[in-house]
Amino acid sequence: MTSSAGAPSVAPELAPDGDASSPPRRRRSSAWFLLLPGALWLVAFFLTPMVQLVATSLYDPSGSEETGYAMTWAWGNYVDALDFYLEPFVRGFAYSAIATALCLVIGYPLAYAIAFKAGRWKNLMLVLVIAPFFTSFLVRTLAWKLILSDNGFVVGIAKTLGLIADDGRLLATGFAVVAGLTYNFLPFMVLPLYVSLEKIDHRLIEAAGDLYSSPAQGFRKVTLPLSMPGVVAGTLLTFIPSAGDFINAQLLGDTTTQMIGNVIESRFEVGDYPAAAALSVTLMVLIVAMVAIYIRRAGTEELL
Amino acid sequence: MPADPVSGAPPPGDLQLLSLTKRFGEFTAVDDLDLVVPAGSFFALLGPSGCGKTTTLRMVAGLEVPTTGEVRLGEQDITWAKPYKRPVNTVFQSYALFPHLTVYENVAFGLRRQGRKEVTEPVRDMLRLVELESFGARKPAQLSGGQQQRVALARALINQPQVLLLDEPLGALDLKLRRQMQIELKSIQGEVGTTFVHVTHDQEEAMTMADTIAVMHRGVIEQMGSPAELYESPRTTFVANFLGQSNLVPCAINGRDGGDLVIDAQGALVRMPAERAQVHQGKAWLGVRPEKIILGSPGEDLPGNSLGEARIVDVSFVGVSTQYLVRTSWGQELMAFEQNTGARPLMRAGDQVHVRFAGAHAFLLDHDQDARAGVDEDSAA
Ligand SMILES: Nc1ncnc2c1ncn2[C@@H]1O[C@H](COP(=O)(O)OP(=O)(O)O)[C@@H](O)[C@H]1O
Ligand SMILES: [Mg+2]
Repeated sequence: MTSSAGAPSVAPELAPDGDASSPPRRRRSSAWFLLLPGALWLVAFFLTPMVQLVATSLYDPSGSEETGYAMTWAWGNYVDALDFYLEPFVRGFAYSAIATALCLVIGYPLAYAIAFKAGRWKNLMLVLVIAPFFTSFLVRTLAWKLILSDNGFVVGIAKTLGLIADDGRLLATGFAVVAGLTYNFLPFMVLPLYVSLEKIDHRLIEAAGDLYSSPAQGFRKVTLPLSMPGVVAGTLLTFIPSAGDFINAQLLGDTTTQMIGNVIESRFEVGDYPAAAALSVTLMVLIVAMVAIYIRRAGTEELL
Repeated sequence: MPADPVSGAPPPGDLQLLSLTKRFGEFTAVDDLDLVVPAGSFFALLGPSGCGKTTTLRMVAGLEVPTTGEVRLGEQDITWAKPYKRPVNTVFQSYALFPHLTVYENVAFGLRRQGRKEVTEPVRDMLRLVELESFGARKPAQLSGGQQQRVALARALINQPQVLLLDEPLGALDLKLRRQMQIELKSIQGEVGTTFVHVTHDQEEAMTMADTIAVMHRGVIEQMGSPAELYESPRTTFVANFLGQSNLVPCAINGRDGGDLVIDAQGALVRMPAERAQVHQGKAWLGVRPEKIILGSPGEDLPGNSLGEARIVDVSFVGVSTQYLVRTSWGQELMAFEQNTGARPLMRAGDQVHVRFAGAHAFLLDHDQDARAGVDEDSAA
């Protein structure tokens, strides 16, 4: 490519070879050079484990830590994975979908209040949203175990109100798992929602009112569509990690509430690496597919 | 008319603001404002920035609740009506177009919210009126400033409001486009016949566009009238300085002689019609617009009042006219504009001249007012 405005057919002949073409080439190579650390990082920490994971998923399933694993291109691992563990797959996706929906229902009003109504309390409220991250995920989930325990006040109140039977419990139920997921991933919903709501020019909402929108219509036609990028980002940030989560189901659930994460974890525990890997790859492919469909349907690229 | 009249709408009436006041904490942004905007007029609310124009408009639109006072539209009291229930629409200072909607949907927005199913025709007519027919499918971000301004206008006008509020609608445009849009806005107003309340800090814009101008300063209306009225007979020093320029000479009123006041202006005895005076005794400011000052040769005997001899200290030639700065015998500097008709030779700095003016063109203002009020306000910014 010649960047000069002169006659292109003459320029290469007139200019000595090095002069005309070396500056762009040098620029291009320095761009590659700048990409190198990132590329190396990706190869070392993403690509290599990925390849290893896919390879493991195709090892002979009869292998063990003692006998070692042989690469036998055992595609049957995938068939077995779906065959044996379809239920935890479906349950896991269902739990995380419900938790994501709950996060949206709880998180949207919260983010809205912080963005538009908090005034000088805005920063404090944001800190409170992030505050749970100051302690470990595990500790907080254990705390939920106490909150929902059979002798805890939550169960007590629920019994008095007749919401659960006298011998009923909350712990070790799907309810507890979903509650734990909702609690743990709520900040991932609130923060992107807050960011996109905060960006909305308040005059647009006034303009909607001026153009005969009641507050509810103004919300539906202006605020909500403009906050869609936050809704999409928030649901992805909530759904993706919760679909693979196993801590909540392990600490707050029982064997009947197992999610796919628990199965993968237990396959690993017993050294059944090929099955664990096949399940992981399947989970990943399913999530990527769902996210792709979701983003297309949500039509975020239409915004702005 | 661009669209069908909304059936059953009450007949449009004058917009009335009665003792309208808005306080933000201690600060009074709009102070006991009384204003009548006649139905169908092109009304300008003119004042320097920060004087309370936007706040006044927002109270009319229902976006701000008045501290006290009333907003009436014809027979209706709309002081407490919700913004979405008022037959009033706004063209916002920064347009506030909906970025996620196309131009077409922006314009259709108000009709759709009012439950109109068939919007194609009115939207097309409106886009034609503002000359954006082929831009319906674009997003606001894909338009130039002037085009966005027109979308904002179409989006408001399509609802056929009884009053259209325009908050510095041309403020973001460059000078050339602004002049062009001034003419377009005026012709659109003539076409649709809606009452336009146009807020601006640009006195030239207000003068060229409006039938009636209200000059606002520090939350109050200083004076209201036609552009010519305000210019020829300002009632306060602020109006005298903010609309065009004025020479204000400190003077004392000696007495009355028939229909005239006799005034001692720094030793020169001058006469002017008493009805052009805001004060009738004691000290005052004698105001004369620069183009009303006549500079004669010292010996020349011309009619009118004399302010004695003066020396020219500065000459600026601006093509159609020449602007002279003269220093009077009492040391004040006065501006005098003279048309370059070619009938008289140009004068030079240092020349001695005789300063005259016709009493019928002068005005007399309260001496307690600040002679420099409104001089350096941002009327051209
Ligand atoms: N919401 C508000 N809170 C406090 N002060 C305000 C508010 N809105 C406007 N003001 C003040 O009121 C005065 C008038 O503002 P505004 O009506 O916007 O002036 P203009 O439109 O004439 O420039 C300004 O001094 C401004 O700072
Ligand atoms: Mg303003």
